[in-house]
Amino acid sequence: MLLDALLFQLGYNAALVMIGAGLLGLAAGMAGTFLFLRKRALVSDAISHATLPGIAVAFIVMEAFGGDGRSLAGLLIGAICASALGLAAVTYLGNRTRLSEDAAIGAVLSVFFGFGIVLLTVIQAFGYGRQSGLEGFLLGSTAGMLRSDATLIAVSAALTCAIVLLMRRPLTVAAFDPGFARVSGQRPDWAEAVLMAVVLAVTVVGLKVVGLILIVALLIIPPVAARFWSDQSTHVLWISSIIGGLAGYFGAALSAIAPDLPTGPIIVLCAFGLFLVSFLFAPERGVLASVLRHFRFRRDVHMRQGLLALAQGHPIFEDLTLKLLIRAGFASADGVPTDTGRARAAKALRDEARWREVRGDPAFERAAARYDGLTDLSDVLTEDQLREVDARIGPPVGAA
Amino acid sequence: MTLELVGHSSEQDRAAPLLIRGMTVSYGEKPAVFSADMALRAGEMTAIIGPNGAGKSTLLKAALGIVTPLAGQAQFFGQTLDAVRGRLAYVPQRASVDWDFPTRVIDVVLMGLYPRLGLLGRIRGNHRDEAMGCLERVGMEAFAKRQIGQLSGGQQQRVFLARALAQKADLYLLDEPFAGVDAATEKAIITVLKSLTEAGKTVVAVHHDLATVVDYFDNVLLLATQVIAQGPVEEVFTKALLEKTYGGRLSQAVMPESAVS
Amino acid sequence: MGFEFVSLSLPPLVIGVCVAIACAVPGNFLLLRRQALIGDAISHVVLPGIVLAFVVAGSLSSVAMMIGAAVAAVFSMVAIELIRRFGRIEPGAAMGVVFTTMFAAGVLLLEQSDTDGVHLDVEHALFGNLEGLIWFDALGWASLLDPVALAGLPVELPRMFAVLVIIVVFTVVYWRPLAVMSFDEGFAQALGLRTQALGMMLVILSALAAVAAFDAVGSIIVIAMFICPPAAARLLTNQLGRQVWLSALLAAISAIIGYVLAGYGLGWLGYGASVSAAGMIATVSGVILAIAAVCGPHRRRVS
Repeated sequence: MLLDALLFQLGYNAALVMIGAGLLGLAAGMAGTFLFLRKRALVSDAISHATLPGIAVAFIVMEAFGGDGRSLAGLLIGAICASALGLAAVTYLGNRTRLSEDAAIGAVLSVFFGFGIVLLTVIQAFGYGRQSGLEGFLLGSTAGMLRSDATLIAVSAALTCAIVLLMRRPLTVAAFDPGFARVSGQRPDWAEAVLMAVVLAVTVVGLKVVGLILIVALLIIPPVAARFWSDQSTHVLWISSIIGGLAGYFGAALSAIAPDLPTGPIIVLCAFGLFLVSFLFAPERGVLASVLRHFRFRRDVHMRQGLLALAQGHPIFEDLTLKLLIRAGFASADGVPTDTGRARAAKALRDEARWREVRGDPAFERAAARYDGLTDLSDVLTEDQLREVDARIGPPVGAA
Repeated sequence: MTLELVGHSSEQDRAAPLLIRGMTVSYGEKPAVFSADMALRAGEMTAIIGPNGAGKSTLLKAALGIVTPLAGQAQFFGQTLDAVRGRLAYVPQRASVDWDFPTRVIDVVLMGLYPRLGLLGRIRGNHRDEAMGCLERVGMEAFAKRQIGQLSGGQQQRVFLARALAQKADLYLLDEPFAGVDAATEKAIITVLKSLTEAGKTVVAVHHDLATVVDYFDNVLLLATQVIAQGPVEEVFTKALLEKTYGGRLSQAVMPESAVS
Repeated sequence: MGFEFVSLSLPPLVIGVCVAIACAVPGNFLLLRRQALIGDAISHVVLPGIVLAFVVAGSLSSVAMMIGAAVAAVFSMVAIELIRRFGRIEPGAAMGVVFTTMFAAGVLLLEQSDTDGVHLDVEHALFGNLEGLIWFDALGWASLLDPVALAGLPVELPRMFAVLVIIVVFTVVYWRPLAVMSFDEGFAQALGLRTQALGMMLVILSALAAVAAFDAVGSIIVIAMFICPPAAARLLTNQLGRQVWLSALLAAISAIIGYVLAGYGLGWLGYGASVSAAGMIATVSGVILAIAAVCGPHRRRVS
C-alpha cells in the first residue's frame, strides 16, 4: 500500500499532492535554514497562526460578493494579507517597544489566532457551518481534494521552490556574512524582506497540506536536524532541504493511504523521525557520539590531573581520579604510585613543564593556542622545536 | 592516605576563606580552567588576572557552584559551600544581568537581605535603613528610588556592590568590578573594598587592568587556563610571569610600569 | 434576568476570569526570564499529555489530566534542554522542534484512540467551550447560598479556582526567589537558590494553569493570557509588584469584556448569534496590548 503510494499508484490527485508536498518541504527546509541561522525560527509560528483571520475574512468577502467562499486561491490571498499584517505587528512590538521578540511572537500568534476563531464562529453563525471546510486549514487535509486545488498546490510549491533556489545566493550572503553583504552594496533589510516573503510563501502554500498550526515544524525541524550533520552552513542548507523534501513526500504518501487522518501531523512526525536519527546518531554532534566523547574526556582529565598530582607528591582528593589510576596500574589502592605510575607521572610533569614554556613564549603562539591540558606537546611541535624547548627548561627533574 | 600533605596545602591554607583544589571546568571539549589550585589569604585583597578567555570568571563560578566543574573541589573557611553561604557575597559581571528589569535601585540592594529575611519575613524600617546605609557607602543614596535601567554603567556596578555589602559577608567575590566604569566609580569601589579588608574581610576580584594591580591588590593569581603563579603582588606580579601568562598576547605597550622586573 | 445571568453567564464569567489570572501571573515571570514562548510550548504539549492520560487511565478524571499535562510539560522542557545542549541550538528552534512534534503526536493519538462519548477532539482542544459551562441547578442569586444548588456547579469552576489559589499562593511564598532569579540568575545561585528547580516549578504551574484552562478556553487562547496581559502591564509600569497586579487586572478585564462581547456583540449589531468567547477574550487582550504598545508610559527601552 505504502509502496503504491510512493510510486504514485494512488491516482493523479494523490501524486500531485505528494510532489507538491515534497517540493514544499524542499523549499521549507531551505528557507527554514536561513531563518534558523538568523535565530528567528519562531517568527514563522506567528506568521502561520496569523493566516487564520485572513482566511476567514477572505471567505466572508467572497461569499458576500456572491462567489464561492471555498476558492483556494482567494483564501490564500487572504492568508497572505493577514500574515503580512501579523509580521508587521511582530516587528513593531519587537523594535519599537521594550518587549522582546519572543514575547511579540507569542502575543501576535495567540491574538490573531483567537480573532480567527471568532471569525470562524461568525461564519458558522451565518449558517455555513462545517461546509465551509475552513477547519481543514488548521491541521491540513488532502483527502478528497479538488483536481484544481491539487494542481494549484503543486504549481505554487514548485514556484516557491524555484524562488528560494533563485534567491539562494543573496540570502546566503546576508545570513552568513552581513558585513560583506553591506560592503558589496546589498542592503540587509532587503535580504530580510526577501527571506520573510519566502517564508510567507512557504506558509501559505503549506496551509492546505500541513495546516497552519504545524507548518512551522516544516520550517524548523529540517534545519535543526541538518545542524547535527555539519558545521558548514552550505552543507546544512542542502541537508536541510533534502530532509524537508523527504518528510513532505513520505508524509503525503502515508497520508494518502490513511485519508481519515489529518495530513499535517503525519508530515511533522516524518520530519521528526529524520530529526531523531540525526540527533542520536550523527557522527560528531549526535547524542551517542557526544556522550561517549564526554566520558572519554572526563577520564582523560582525571587521569592527567592524577598523574600530575603523583609526580608532585600531592595527595589525590577525588575518588574517580584514584580509581582510574589504580585501574591503569599507576597507583596502589592506598594512592602510592607504582613504578610504571611514577614513570608516567614524570612524563606528564615533563610535558606540563614544556607546555608552560611554550605558552609563555610569543614565538610559539600558534602552538600555544592548541593547549587544552591534555594534548602531548610532541603532537604539536616538530622534533627540532621540542629539542629547543627541552634545552630551555633543562633536564627532566629527577630523571635517571 | 600515606601521602603527606606537601608544600602548597598547609594547615593555614585549610582554613583559608577560599581553597580550590584541582578545579577543571570545560565548556565542551576544551577546558576553560585546568587543574587550578588557589588559596586566598584572609583579610587581604586578591586579584585574578589573565588574558581574555583564561577562565577567570569561570573559576569563580565553579567555586560557587554556578557552573559544574569536571573535577575539583572548593572549600570556604574550611567547610563546604552550603555550610557557609551566608558568609559569602558574590558580585556577578554587570553585563550578565537584564538591566531592563522592572525594579528600583533600593529593591536590588534589598535582595542582599533576602537570605536573612527568608521567604516571607517582612521588610521593616531597619532593613530599609540598612539598605540605604549600603547605598551611602557607595555614594548612591540619592538614586534609591531610580529605575535601574536609568543608571550608567558605573552606577550599576555601585548598586551591585551595595547589594553585596547588604549581605554582610566575610568573603567578597567580584567578577570584573572595574569593567567599563568611570574613574569616580572606580575610586569609590576601591575605597569600599579597602575598608572591607581593613575590617578583616577577604576580597577576591577578577581584574583586567594591569596598570592598577599594584595599587589595589595585595595578592595576585595569574591564570591562563592553568594557574601560572600566585602570591603577594611584589613576588608574583613580575614581567617574566606576566609574559608567561599572556604569552604573545601581552605587547610591550600594555606591560605596566609597575610590574616588578 | 437574575436567573438567566446566574445560570448561564456567571459560571463562564468566573471561570474565564480565573483562567485569565491563573495564566497571567506566572506569565509575568516567563516574560521577564525571556521565556515567553514557553507558554506557547506548554499550551501545545498539554494536548498529548491529556490524550496520553486518557489512553492510560481510560477516563478523563481531572487528576489524571493534570498529571498527564504536567508530565508532558516537564518532558518537553527536558527534551528542549537536551536538544539545545547537544546540538548547541538556540532555544527557540529547539522549542519549535519539540512542541510541534508533541502536538502532532497528540493529534494523531487522539484521532486513533477511541474517544467517542468523551468530549475530546482537536477543535475542542483549540477553541474550548466556555459558553457550554452552564449551572443548571441555579434558580437565581439565592442559589449562591444554597448548598444543594452549589453542588451542581460545573466541575470546571472549583477545579479552576483551586488551581488559581495554588498559583497565587506559590507566587506569594516564592516571590523573592522568583524575583531574584528572574533578575540575576548567577546571584540567585550564589545565594544557594536552586534556580533550575524553581524554573521547573514555574513551568509545572504554568502547565497546571494550561490544563485546567484547557477545558474552558482551549489551548491556543491560553498563550494569549500567558503573554498579553503581562506584556501590556510591563509597558505600563516599571515595578515588578505593580506589573503582576496590573497583569492580573488586565487579564480579568479581558475575560469579562471578551465574554460579554462574544455573547452579546452580534446581538447589538442586530444578529441573534454569539461567537467564540475564548477567541474574543484573546482578541480583547490583544487590543489592550496594542493600546499599551502605542501609548503605555514605559513602552520604550531606556537606552
